[in-house]
Amino acid sequence: MLSLHCPYCGVDVDETDLTPGGEAHLVRSGSGSDDADFEAYLFMRKNPRGVHFERWRHSFGCGKWFHAARATDTLEVFGTYSAQTKEPPQDVQERIRARRPDWKGFGKGDRI
Amino acid sequence: MSARLARHGRLIDRRKPLQFTFNGRHLHGYQGDTLASALLANGQTLVGRSFKYHRPRGIVAAGPEEPNALVGLGKGAGFEPNQRATTTELFDGLIAESQNHWPSLEFDLGAVNKAMARFFPAGFYYKTFMFPRAAWEHLFEPIVRGAAGLGRVPQEKDKDTYEYFYHTTDILIVGGGIAGLQAAEIAGKSGLRVLLIEQTPDWGGRAMVDGVQINGIGAADWVEKALARLRAMPNVILRSRMMGAGVYDHGYALGYERLSDHDPKIPGPRHRLWRIRARRIITATGAIERPLSFAGNDIPGVMLAGAVRDYLENYGVSPGELTLVVTNNDNAYLSAIALHEAGLTVPAIIDARPEATGALPQKARALGLRVETGCAIGTVHGGKRVTSVTLCNQAGSGAILDEIPCDAVAMSGGWSPVVHLWSHCGGKLRWDADQAMFRPDPARPPRGANGAGFVIAAGTANGHLAAEAVMEDAAEAAAAAVRALGAKADPAKRATARSMPEMPILPVWSMPANAGPKLRMKTWLDFQNDVKVSDVRLAAQEGYESVEHTKRYTTLGMASDQGKLSNINGLAVLADSLSRDIPQVGTTTFRPPYHPISFGAIAGEARGPLFKPLRKSPIHDWLDANGAHWEPVADWRRPYCLRRSGETVKEAVTREILNTRQNVGLLDASTLGKIIVKGPDAGRFLDMLYTNMMSSLKVGRCRYGLMCNENGFLIDDGVVVRLSDDTFLCHTTSGGSDRIHAWMEEWLQTEWWDWQVYTANVTEQFAQIGIVGPKARSVLEALGGMDVSREALPFMAFQEGQIAGIRARVYRISFSGELSYEIAVPAALGQAFWNKALAAGGDFGMQPYGTEALHVMRAEKGFIMIGDETDGTVIPQDLNLGWAISRKKDDFLGKRAQQRPHMVDPNRKQLVGLLTEDPQVVLPDAAHAVEGPKRANGMENIIGHVTSSYYSPTLGHSIAMALIKGGSRRMGETLRFPVADGVVIRAQVVDPVFLDKEGERQNV
Ligand SMILES: [Zn+2]
Repeated sequence: MLSLHCPYCGVDVDETDLTPGGEAHLVRSGSGSDDADFEAYLFMRKNPRGVHFERWRHSFGCGKWFHAARATDTLEVFGTYSAQTKEPPQDVQERIRARRPDWKGFGKGDRI
Repeated sequence: MSARLARHGRLIDRRKPLQFTFNGRHLHGYQGDTLASALLANGQTLVGRSFKYHRPRGIVAAGPEEPNALVGLGKGAGFEPNQRATTTELFDGLIAESQNHWPSLEFDLGAVNKAMARFFPAGFYYKTFMFPRAAWEHLFEPIVRGAAGLGRVPQEKDKDTYEYFYHTTDILIVGGGIAGLQAAEIAGKSGLRVLLIEQTPDWGGRAMVDGVQINGIGAADWVEKALARLRAMPNVILRSRMMGAGVYDHGYALGYERLSDHDPKIPGPRHRLWRIRARRIITATGAIERPLSFAGNDIPGVMLAGAVRDYLENYGVSPGELTLVVTNNDNAYLSAIALHEAGLTVPAIIDARPEATGALPQKARALGLRVETGCAIGTVHGGKRVTSVTLCNQAGSGAILDEIPCDAVAMSGGWSPVVHLWSHCGGKLRWDADQAMFRPDPARPPRGANGAGFVIAAGTANGHLAAEAVMEDAAEAAAAAVRALGAKADPAKRATARSMPEMPILPVWSMPANAGPKLRMKTWLDFQNDVKVSDVRLAAQEGYESVEHTKRYTTLGMASDQGKLSNINGLAVLADSLSRDIPQVGTTTFRPPYHPISFGAIAGEARGPLFKPLRKSPIHDWLDANGAHWEPVADWRRPYCLRRSGETVKEAVTREILNTRQNVGLLDASTLGKIIVKGPDAGRFLDMLYTNMMSSLKVGRCRYGLMCNENGFLIDDGVVVRLSDDTFLCHTTSGGSDRIHAWMEEWLQTEWWDWQVYTANVTEQFAQIGIVGPKARSVLEALGGMDVSREALPFMAFQEGQIAGIRARVYRISFSGELSYEIAVPAALGQAFWNKALAAGGDFGMQPYGTEALHVMRAEKGFIMIGDETDGTVIPQDLNLGWAISRKKDDFLGKRAQQRPHMVDPNRKQLVGLLTEDPQVVLPDAAHAVEGPKRANGMENIIGHVTSSYYSPTLGHSIAMALIKGGSRRMGETLRFPVADGVVIRAQVVDPVFLDKEGERQNV
């Protein structure tokens, strides 16, 4: 039963009030994209043991989607933030770096 | 024989006798007894039979670790199987029955399985699966089925009620022994919120039984004083009869509170499941004693030494008249001394250690007790009761030195900290070789959201066995928790405790050390599941090296006690068999709940009508009063048909269809999803969501639209209405409104967040009523108020205005192929409009109809139904809906996927109609079409399946739709559909539009 902070409501929310939405920061490949890009967009998902960025929706609350930066191995949460961004905010990235010095950085070394 | 003593029994009240029955026998006990102590007090040593061999089983323990004493409790609607006698408080009128025996506990035919022990080795189930099928069906399964199973399933609905309780606290302390109480005091003084829970009704744990002195007074007195101090703290909550059942992510914990199990007359819920979010959790859960592995250790009368002490001190019950003690540590001497001082006979203390020089052994010798060091039990004699044991050298292989008569054996193999809650959420263990135990590794705790460990083990649960060390550790644990939360604590302000000093334990995993196969065959590890030392050794021999595999192969630790007694001994045997160290073998995974909890508590209030709230249309009550034969549609109920008196369901459906086609029908379509999409970018947004072009829809017009996901698969359909330049109303399927609304929001919030669009799900704001059939226009004209002529309101248009004096929006759309209007009115006026429509329609023969008539009529027209013609792998092109896919748009959800090679394969399954050779035969739903010779594996070559199938009263023959490989190129072919019992139905592939292909009926 994870507890995540909804950045819109400003409260800590039980996992049962949330809907998971899988990996965050996917780049949509729509009409006209090549096969490799489309395959990556549709099917290829990261499954790291460690730092991960996820989409969550506060379904039984404000209904807003937000993102969580989280460690899948220890369940540590580095921060939650608006879903309306293309990359994690700097303060979240800095917190990850402080807690996980071996983290390679957002979008680096973690593409399949 | 076990019996009640005249003295002792700190927990029972001899002035309050209680009556109860066991297997129909009337027995009595006292207030404060557990069922186990009361059974022992009545000389009832035999309490059950084991799972596999149906061996006689007696009470072994005094707490939740008890493997054997499982009983059925209560009767009728209050019956509950598999309840532990050791955790069941006695009350007046309690009814208990033993289980897993036939025909009686005393005489059990299943015990012949014992004679078959040779044939029930480790991995029995896996091995017999290798036998021919016939042997399994006719030989093994009947035997195993007859013998297996614990308890019986309750036959009536549970009469009790249950509830959830949500609780947030700073510190949760699990365990109300002296460690938990000490931790609560230190934590409580910090002002933080503390919840202290104890699974039994009594506080103090084992300290009183073990004669611990705290702050110079007896443990019982100190506990009373500590409780009084804690009760005076407003920030501390105390709950007894509440077990810490599980620890989960981010400080979540489940507490299982038993409110009336001890007295069913107490009103209110029986169990309460506490759903706790704690910032820190302290586990002060104590330890569980381990059995010793010697031959015959499962015979009734063999008990844990600590349990013997518990029964004596807490309940005034002696396990026997001659109780032999066997041990590898000093602690068990406490039991021998207590028995002796109670006036009972201890014929010998058998100590596996070469010498026993500690204070307790010295005291025992001083009392004149016979102590045999370096010795072991060779074998226990007895059937349903211990009669004697043989004495041998621990270092040898069992050569008999002496035979000692006794009727009970108190065994101690040392103590294992209860690390379950520490481990549930990932806390790691380390092996303490000196104390021969796994204990929490404080460097590797379960971690919370901020990365810090959130569970702290304290006292015995943390591996401290001496009372003074327990108090020190508990105070430190509490202080660490308090400081981690930013408050102040002083661990020095703790109590000091004194207990008898104990010399080191000698790890003994086999007794005697070199026991041969004959003894190992009779040496039990798991009493409930009948797993012996020989089974674990066999598993190791057959290559099962992982402890998790061995567990599943042998069923060690898989019984309802989850191996609380057997796990450590079992993995020690495995380690020995593999010539490895115990920490190399490791433990199996500890999973919640710590001890079984009731299904009722898990369900809480979510049962019956509260299990899932029902959505009701504004016409629901009228339909219910007028013959509705309900069917579930998502969270709604919709009438399958509306039966008239004396009518069958089938007759009603037929009547409704024919009347709608000939006259006019009335349909409650209020459950259809209705979502408003509004904003400057609404058209652009809907162009992305639907396969059709929606931005070009004119104000006042309707358009049927399809929605796909990014895989290209069809997920919903419905009519889109353009209410104004920037406002659309999207109809969804009845089951799809919430899902599609969420789908829209997901794209707006996470992909096109700069687009100016709002959505609102207004499904329940409107009643929507269909008036359908050739006389529909006449009914609307009779209702009056709006020009609904062909010219004023053409097909796929809508009008707003007044109908029969009610504000309404009238859509001219059709799902039946008939002249059809759907009228949306405010939900509160839905029933009023329905009544007016019924009154006006009377002259035209109008009758209401239900969902089955709706389905048949749409199938007659070849209209698809999401969930029938679609299954999550179907694209619109498969359903001949290519006309609804815009070629002008650059992009829409699913467009790219529909260009993938498999999606444009001409051999994809495509929608076709089917006419059976015998027109009166209706194909079963989902019947498979097969073609050509059978495949190499003997299976038919399947080329598709029926998606919808009905008898059409309009046409007088059956109709069906199917998805068939390359179906659109198969027109006129006859396909085979093998159904049950060798019957093959033949059907011809036809166009799926069976009625009025030109659409003349609706275009009037
Ligand atoms: Zn929220």
